[in-house]
Amino acid sequence: MFRLTPEGAARPPLAFTFDGRAMTGRAGDTIAAALLANGVAACRTTPVSDAPRAPYCLMGACFDCLVVVDGVGNRQGCLTPLEDGMRIESQRGRRAVAELAS
Amino acid sequence: MTPLADVGRLAGSYDLVVVGAGPAGLAAAAAGAESGLATLLVDENATPGGQIWRAVTTTPMKRRETLGEDFWKGADHVARFDRSNAAYAPRCTVWSLAADARDDGLIEIGLSMGGKARMIAARQTILATGAQERPFPIPGWTLPGVMTAGAAQIALKTSGAVPDGRVVVAGCGPLLYLLANQLAAAGANIVAVLDTTAPGALRSALPEFGDFLRSPYLAKGLRLVAQARRKLRFVSRVTALAATGESRLEGVRFARGGGVDERIACDALLLHQGVIPSINLSNAAGCAHEFDETQHCWRPRLDDWFCASMAGIAVAGDGAGIGGAESAALRGEIAALGVAARLGRLDAGARDARAAPLRAELARCLRGRRFLDLLYRPAPQFLAPPDDATIVCRCEEVTAGQVRDAARRLGVTGPNQMKAFLRCGMGPCQGRLCGPTVAELIAETRDMSLAEVGAYRLRPPVKPITLGELAALPQTEAAIRAVVR
Amino acid sequence: MIHVKHSTSAREADVAVVGGGVVGSAIALGLAREGARVALLDEGDGAFRASRGNFALIWVQSKGLGMPAYAGWSRKSADAWAGLAALLREESGLDVAHDQPGGFMLCLSQAELEARVDAMKRLHNQPMMQDFRYEVLDHRETKKRMPAIGPDVVGALYSPHDGHVNSLRLFRALREAGARRGVDYRPSQVVTRLEQRGGGFRIEGDWGVLEARRIVLAAGLGNARLAPMVGLEAPVTPSKGQIIVTEKTAPFLRHPVVTVRQTDEGGVMIGDSQEDRGFDTIVAQPVITTMAERAVRMFPALAGLNVVRTWSALRVMTPDGFPIYEQSRACPGAFVATCHSGVTLAANHVFTLAPAILRGELPVDVADFTAGRLHVPAHA
Repeated sequence: MFRLTPEGAARPPLAFTFDGRAMTGRAGDTIAAALLANGVAACRTTPVSDAPRAPYCLMGACFDCLVVVDGVGNRQGCLTPLEDGMRIESQRGRRAVAELAS
Repeated sequence: MTPLADVGRLAGSYDLVVVGAGPAGLAAAAAGAESGLATLLVDENATPGGQIWRAVTTTPMKRRETLGEDFWKGADHVARFDRSNAAYAPRCTVWSLAADARDDGLIEIGLSMGGKARMIAARQTILATGAQERPFPIPGWTLPGVMTAGAAQIALKTSGAVPDGRVVVAGCGPLLYLLANQLAAAGANIVAVLDTTAPGALRSALPEFGDFLRSPYLAKGLRLVAQARRKLRFVSRVTALAATGESRLEGVRFARGGGVDERIACDALLLHQGVIPSINLSNAAGCAHEFDETQHCWRPRLDDWFCASMAGIAVAGDGAGIGGAESAALRGEIAALGVAARLGRLDAGARDARAAPLRAELARCLRGRRFLDLLYRPAPQFLAPPDDATIVCRCEEVTAGQVRDAARRLGVTGPNQMKAFLRCGMGPCQGRLCGPTVAELIAETRDMSLAEVGAYRLRPPVKPITLGELAALPQTEAAIRAVVR
Repeated sequence: MIHVKHSTSAREADVAVVGGGVVGSAIALGLAREGARVALLDEGDGAFRASRGNFALIWVQSKGLGMPAYAGWSRKSADAWAGLAALLREESGLDVAHDQPGGFMLCLSQAELEARVDAMKRLHNQPMMQDFRYEVLDHRETKKRMPAIGPDVVGALYSPHDGHVNSLRLFRALREAGARRGVDYRPSQVVTRLEQRGGGFRIEGDWGVLEARRIVLAAGLGNARLAPMVGLEAPVTPSKGQIIVTEKTAPFLRHPVVTVRQTDEGGVMIGDSQEDRGFDTIVAQPVITTMAERAVRMFPALAGLNVVRTWSALRVMTPDGFPIYEQSRACPGAFVATCHSGVTLAANHVFTLAPAILRGELPVDVADFTAGRLHVPAHA
């Protein structure tokens, strides 16, 4: 989806996982930017029709970059700075709250 | 400047709370603090600058020519704010704003920071919530691979990232040409710029041309367009546009002057047709708004000191009407003078004297704006998509055809009833991406003006907070009586 | 593209219904199904509209204390609701997500539970009260039926008659079915003047004039202004209610609780406050906090869900809280219908009230629901 320019790639690396896959972001990335730079095409599916979506506005308006961050669903990836060791998962449709689903 | 990382460290009340750390907010907060007001600047992002100066203190794109001198001007504004005594709460969301229930003239502000909500009070507020890109509803605009031009610019500023593969940039307006040049300079492979500027727009803009000739936009604007035309494949008079692909973007289909379909294969499509004020917060606070015919958008109704219809709330910057970064900073500064006077820090004479040169500068800044507004007003087919299958509400996946049908057969005359019947505007984005389009479709179908059609009435939270955060806030006896019965 | 200029509708109707909310739309549909030519006059997009803000319950168990006939009327509608849902599916093509699995009132303290039980006993001890089933449950029994409850729930009242629908889809379905049956819907036509003339009524506004043989006032809070024009009274006032809705989540709660329900779309709705604040519809933080705190104590896992919207709306309240249905003695053919339970009573409005109005009378079930009762001192 995106690639880093030499300047962008020169920042300190941060390790994270997306749907279990190991990925590398850079200090200063938001989660959404890091996913785009790692070639992630879609970060969620919609709760209405299960259609795939990817970050669209990157400025907090569209809510298409929703992801699960360390187990907490429906977080705006474009407003959340990436941190080393984050476990990120795609938001599949409606958010399930574990205790509620049982 | 004192940065605050925990919502518990904020004071319970401030003289002035400024919302948004873009050009207007930085100037307003710095000026407020300089005049001795206890000032807090809250901002959703991790670093100051808003969108136009996004990541100006942290960007890896250090070669000044890539992002251009207008971007780097932001560093001075951030530096001034840093030198001030203002408190600064980054990564802090304002989710509500209302007159205090105790009727003591204070504004009560709901904040959320690090998963914790808090209510604080302000004697005066300045909303500097800036602009968002005007929705650009074309077939396929929900496909992964389609983004706004602003999004690509943010990725470039914050992360030094550019779209990979073949990039098509489509739409109209100064930001589009600026972005195309910036991305090209950063090494992106831009295979085409599809310009949707309406051929008739020049004619309606022409009466404003005199002002434009004397405006600061002229040289800058001409250079941008010339550069884009010279270096890139520039396709003018695009009248139809669609993103194609199954589960992700594969290409773009377009037509020129109503001609046959043409296709370009691409990996990224960046859309832009101007910006509009972000009015969600002022709308949810209950401020009166009016439809700006020239800029073709809603904006809060304001007086000379940018005060909204509700006491204690002023709106500065592009959130009050589009004027660009320089004008936003000036408006923030003027709004802060108004606050200082209302709070007794400045008498009316001193306020006016200090505001006079700022107003003169503002007038110079805004000269020629009307020409741009009229020239780059989107063509009707890009405001109200002709293809009924086009999604207009991205959250609830409501199509243009559904909206037209309800307007026509069920007699829906406004966006609020439309929301009730179709759920458009009920998703997490709260109508930010569909409100203008839904109104256009109703206006078109029922032959009404946009001012008559109206806008969504919004309520808190303007950004989601968790039920747990809300539940942990203070209750009152009256509230308990209203609920437990 | 078809452009619709302002209404090109006819100037005559058999029945004019004033008010295009759920109550007016249901009555209009019922009238049209009986073959009447119906005009449905409505305000514009900014109308105070309880139908856009309600909690969507079909609720019987706590209704009728002080007016047993209201309990019977509510129960009758609840029993007819499955039929209405089927009719709407047939005539509008929309599934209104009708489900009546029984409803709970959860209590968070022993005192709350005792007060609820006491009110239920007094309700059932009334003369002429139609019996309906209910159960008082302790924590364990409640937990067995609704595993998601938290430890703070001391018990519950349960009645099998209660349920819920998707009330916005109901609203649309009523209007969709009405449109297909030829109801002439006229938005943005505020009525300023009503007058009986000859065998019918002359209805005026800045939009023009309409003549109708009969008129039904279903204008919610607007009825207070309109009713006296045709010799009726509807002393209704606004009662503010606030509601919270969360993001969509996987289904976890089928049964409606009187203040918490999960919609078919997945969102969790949390209600509902009651305040006399005039026409103020601002959402106030302390009230929604109290609602949120109670909901989280009832269902602790809700705490993690995002709140995506809140709203407030105005209930249409009579002084005693019960509906008014009345035909004018001074101007026969003019009817008023006002209630704050337009969803529960929708089935009655379509199936029972509308046909009676066409016959020129009120249904026997609501013969005593006239405004005259309000002039009798309470507890006389």
